[in-house]
Amino acid sequence: MVLQLKAWISVVLIMGLGSIAARAETIRVTIEKMVFTPAVITAKVGDRIEWINKDIVDHTATVKGRWDVVISSGKAVTLQLERAESVDFYCRFHPNMKGRVTVTP
Amino acid sequence: MFCRTMTALAVLSLLGSTHLAHAADKPTDPQIAHIAYTAGIIDVEAAKLAIAKSKNKDVVAFARDMVRDHDAVNTQALALVKKLKVTPEDNDTSRSLVKAATVERAKLDKFDGAAFDKAYVTNEVAYHKQVNGALETLLIPSAKNAELKSLLETGLKIFQGHEQHAEHVAAGLK
Repeated sequence: MVLQLKAWISVVLIMGLGSIAARAETIRVTIEKMVFTPAVITAKVGDRIEWINKDIVDHTATVKGRWDVVISSGKAVTLQLERAESVDFYCRFHPNMKGRVTVTP
Repeated sequence: MFCRTMTALAVLSLLGSTHLAHAADKPTDPQIAHIAYTAGIIDVEAAKLAIAKSKNKDVVAFARDMVRDHDAVNTQALALVKKLKVTPEDNDTSRSLVKAATVERAKLDKFDGAAFDKAYVTNEVAYHKQVNGALETLLIPSAKNAELKSLLETGLKIFQGHEQHAEHVAAGLK
């Protein structure tokens, strides 16, 4: 619950900051039947990922020590990419769900 | 060590006493629905015991995940059987699962602290492995209704996630 709340707060903050970024793209990642689609994402700093969870269970998009987005069943959450990096993400609740995001400057 | 032996014994007796391992006994859709629902309830019950007893935050978080996910899957299963006008039918496999789970829960309840955490998580790995094996080799191939089969397939992916999650929690309990 606390974790979820933290994730929400950070997401809301990020969304607020995002409004000043110009021409940022939003990349949609759908989660359905336990799969992130697309699972391999390329983006630029300032772009956003909109996670859409179509599953009956909650998921997360987590990069250990970096970000942790909780996406409840049937909901969508947006995350702004702030750093150029190439990182693997996974679902904390179901570690068999994986993906990779490469963020370029 | 004692705890590991107990769990291994529990798993062996569970495998030995259920019909899950016999692919020849093809369950019907109403029986499959009952088995899948029962397996979910058993894991929720174990998780509730863990939430009440454990002081380890990773174990409690895992147990909460189990309650939330298995409740969600079972809610979906109930909605599906209602839609299909199927009445889940009790059967020997469901009864064996309940019997074995009752024994396991009584064993778990005797442990406290770190010993409880280890016993619970070890059993979660073994239990998900067993149920996932049954889904893969018996329940999914036997399911006739396409929607039931699809829900079981999604369930399998969710529970495979739980198995890995439980393995991660177990690795952190050293």
